Amino acid sequence: MKSIPTASLLFILIAFWLLLSGMYTPFLVSAGVLSAVAIILLCRRMALVDDESHPVQMAWGAVFSYWPWLVKEIVKSAWDVAIRIISPGLPISPTLVEFAPTQKTATGLVTHANSITLTPGTISVEVESGRFLVHALTVEGAAGLANSEMDRRCTKLEGSKTC
Amino acid sequence: MSTLITILSWACLTVGSLFCLVGAAGLLRMPDFYTRMHAASLIETAGAGFIILGLLLQTGFTLIAAKLLMIGLLILFAGPTASHALARAALLQGLKPITVPGGDQPSKP
Repeated sequence: MKSIPTASLLFILIAFWLLLSGMYTPFLVSAGVLSAVAIILLCRRMALVDDESHPVQMAWGAVFSYWPWLVKEIVKSAWDVAIRIISPGLPISPTLVEFAPTQKTATGLVTHANSITLTPGTISVEVESGRFLVHALTVEGAAGLANSEMDRRCTKLEGSKTC
Repeated sequence: MSTLITILSWACLTVGSLFCLVGAAGLLRMPDFYTRMHAASLIETAGAGFIILGLLLQTGFTLIAAKLLMIGLLILFAGPTASHALARAALLQGLKPITVPGGDQPSKP
């Protein structure tokens, strides 16, 4: 029923252990595998393994092209905010703005809201399906939020499944 | 080659530190809670990001680099969640943000 999320979570947990430990004696590796299996059993018992906590259905091609784009956006707006902070007149125009995101899944909405907060100059304050309330440092930053490229890209990486 | 990497790494570390300093200055200069949070997010993303990039160039292709990448991912996922929780809690408690309706007048600190 949930075999794909479970298998991929097991793989990630074992890889995580191996990367953090760095010592590959048989005892330590088998201890890692046992810990990973124990965590999987606990997570399944607590019903934590589902589409929301471990979104395997996402369009991973779109995800991996999204991250470099997001880094570029973060650097651009970080530069903008830094210039505004050090310019003597402090040219800011704080605004609260409400708009409708186009994502359908919880994962897509969270990705969009987190990306907004991650970009310096905008913070998502309230997040519901179909309504974002965002605090922006400038009026221009607030105006660029609705129907943005970020919105389009987040909808694209949701994948085909809707829930 | 290794000189080039060292120069690049130190450039990244310097840029990251500068972003941290500017973010700290912003924390002091901004007029209210919400605008101060924007300055803090500068430290969290650009500051921490460039410093981790600089350290990655120092370590090269090792297990330490993998751990640094994990720290970076943790910051990128946990940071905005915490910021959002903080801003939402402030708004729910009735802390009104200073807003400029329409205009672009500089607000005094």
